[in-house]
Amino acid sequence: MDFRLSDEQRLIRDTARDFATREVLPRAAAIDKEHRFPQELVAQMSSLGFMGIAVPEEYGGAGMDHVSYVLAMEEISRACASTGVIMSVQNSLVGDPLCKFGTEEQKRQWLPRLAKGEIIGCFALSEPDAGSDAAAQKTVARLHGDEWVIEGVKNFITNGPESQVCILFTMNDPSKGHRGITAFVLPMDAKGVRCGPPDDKLGIRGSHSCQIFLEEVRLSKTCLLGEVGQGFKVAMSTLDGGRIGIAAQALGIARAALEDAVRYSGDRKTFGKPLWQHQAIQFKLADMATELDAARLLTWRAAQLKDLGQRHSTESAMAKVFAAEVANRAAKEAVQILGGYGYVTEYPVERHFRDAKITEIYEGTSEVQRIVIASSLLKS
Amino acid sequence: MIDFELSEEQRLIQATARDFAREVLQPQARNRDRDQLFPAAELRRLAALGLLGVNVPQSLGGSEAGAVAYALAMMELASGCAATTVAVAVTNMVSEIIVKYGSEAQQHEHVPRLQNGEHVCGAFALSEPHTGSDAAALKTSAARVGDGWIVNGSKQWITSGDHSGVLVVWARTSPAGGARGLSAFLVKAGTPGLFIGKHEDKMGLRGSTTVPLTFEDMKLPADALLGREGDGFKIAMEALDGGRIGVASQAYGIGRAALQAATSYARERKAFGNPLAEFQAIQWMLADSATELEAARLLVLRGAWLKEHGQPFTREASMGKVYASEAAWRACDRALQIHGGNGYVREYDVERHLRDVRVTRIYEGTSEVQRIVIARTLLREFGIQ
Repeated sequence: MDFRLSDEQRLIRDTARDFATREVLPRAAAIDKEHRFPQELVAQMSSLGFMGIAVPEEYGGAGMDHVSYVLAMEEISRACASTGVIMSVQNSLVGDPLCKFGTEEQKRQWLPRLAKGEIIGCFALSEPDAGSDAAAQKTVARLHGDEWVIEGVKNFITNGPESQVCILFTMNDPSKGHRGITAFVLPMDAKGVRCGPPDDKLGIRGSHSCQIFLEEVRLSKTCLLGEVGQGFKVAMSTLDGGRIGIAAQALGIARAALEDAVRYSGDRKTFGKPLWQHQAIQFKLADMATELDAARLLTWRAAQLKDLGQRHSTESAMAKVFAAEVANRAAKEAVQILGGYGYVTEYPVERHFRDAKITEIYEGTSEVQRIVIASSLLKS
Repeated sequence: MIDFELSEEQRLIQATARDFAREVLQPQARNRDRDQLFPAAELRRLAALGLLGVNVPQSLGGSEAGAVAYALAMMELASGCAATTVAVAVTNMVSEIIVKYGSEAQQHEHVPRLQNGEHVCGAFALSEPHTGSDAAALKTSAARVGDGWIVNGSKQWITSGDHSGVLVVWARTSPAGGARGLSAFLVKAGTPGLFIGKHEDKMGLRGSTTVPLTFEDMKLPADALLGREGDGFKIAMEALDGGRIGVASQAYGIGRAALQAATSYARERKAFGNPLAEFQAIQWMLADSATELEAARLLVLRGAWLKEHGQPFTREASMGKVYASEAAWRACDRALQIHGGNGYVREYDVERHLRDVRVTRIYEGTSEVQRIVIARTLLREFGIQ
């Protein structure tokens, strides 16, 4: 047992913190206000190795562990949750499944450019009528001779408008339920692929998501990711990792809310004394800090299990649901502590409040996480 | 490097405690609660297993396995019988205090006896009828007379005070107000002038005894002083930082026992034609208890790990204590709810778990005190005070 960061882990955290404070934080309000994809930050993060932290060095990545990944994710998301999710999708939802399920050729083709940030990737599982219930996929893939022909619509695809490559899930045999799902590596410039307009969202407004329309898209067999019918496994295994990334994003948002609330409570006076001298405020801060630490430990624990190559579905689900709910409570309390100032865009806490909400929804809602946790508990 | 895996030795202590809890403590826990039976025989066996001084040097009879192993052992024991665990916790704590602050003579006189069962257990006498959370306001006095001390006053809520071979007693040695005027003393059972009052009739932990103490011109020799004169408050606060890890571990163990009971009940009991476990409303409760208890476990072990590595751990111990005690409380409440009417009767264990766990939000610093500690250290970190 060891609660210390290694030198390498400390280095990446400090690098990320320094970069986030210097470059990301000053831009966060404008990124949100303008719905602007932070291209320049993505370029800088790429040169720091943040777009392929756990991708092996031979494929152009930083070759670090997943604990390092969550440390960097927390720091970036503390400054800007939009930038955090862009990084998380690239690492967890695109780089990770390519490393785990990709052929040597697919890895050589995509990973170096993804890790260097030359291209952006996305992960297309959700559909207009299939979110949590991923096995209800309607996008169809049919084999015609040597080619797969794909038809369908994907929904809420983060990084979609900016992507050059997509991890795509399709149903090629509905009679088999989730065993009928097949994954592909889709080049976004393939004929018949079209992105809809970016969604107008409550939060994480600097990260763009959109629908992806697939009309008679033809892919060669070399684009299959994993085996035919193995797509559900690819998706679930990927999301086990992705949830750790989103948990880390939630940690960043919770920390931002806590730190902004603490600073405000030191400045603002009510009833003749600073806010922090009121126990009602102290107790809110104490709970936010305690829950944040608990969420961080759950997240690190899941990341370490992933690094050890052990099963971590339950631990990822615990980290994700807990951290997401902690972030939402922390953001809610931060708004409350700032009062009217918490409600206006002059201060960042209303953004934290809006950004926090998505962490309870994407990559498996809180409800889905609880199903995962309960079923593992009832099985054991 | 971040690593949540346990060492071989930690696993061994954990397994020893788990087996003892399952085979010896758990089968007797319901009777112990109902008949208010003090676990004297069990404490002797725990002494033989080395669980009364998990973090005490081997040279003084302890297991010397560290603070993490101690927390792990407490978690396991508490899942078997919370009432027995509190006596174990206080004995470990008192042993550690004497190891840290005692003279060599005090260490050799008391620590091996606490470890081999001769002292049965130890007691920690800080609270008074009018001073709980605000320990610096305590009134018991110790006056220097000749070569020794004369102690007058009274103590309240003293766990195992009637069974302990040795008690650590805090008293005011200087009229100087507040924290600086306090000193700690080692008091042997049977010292003339030490009177033990009537057992408290408690809601939970009924197998553990809780008594008031009265000191009427109790004479103590000079060498009863623990540490230096005026060190008392510091000793108490440091001991409580460690004690909070013990109570947090105890809370976790009770919560886990409740979750396990609820999980098996949900599998067996049917409602509307289906096992309870198939209703999402029940699954949700189980998932929340499991997640919150896992969060609690990690917070508690982090506090223990920092202590073991000689790093500051006050805030982390408070976080573990307030979070684990409240998460365990919620887990017990949900377990009772899942059991329905059966949860409300003594035929099942969950009502005992709920009664037992309630005190973990009170003793060794209430939840409110923990939040004050956490907020204060947090604000200080931001340069606000």
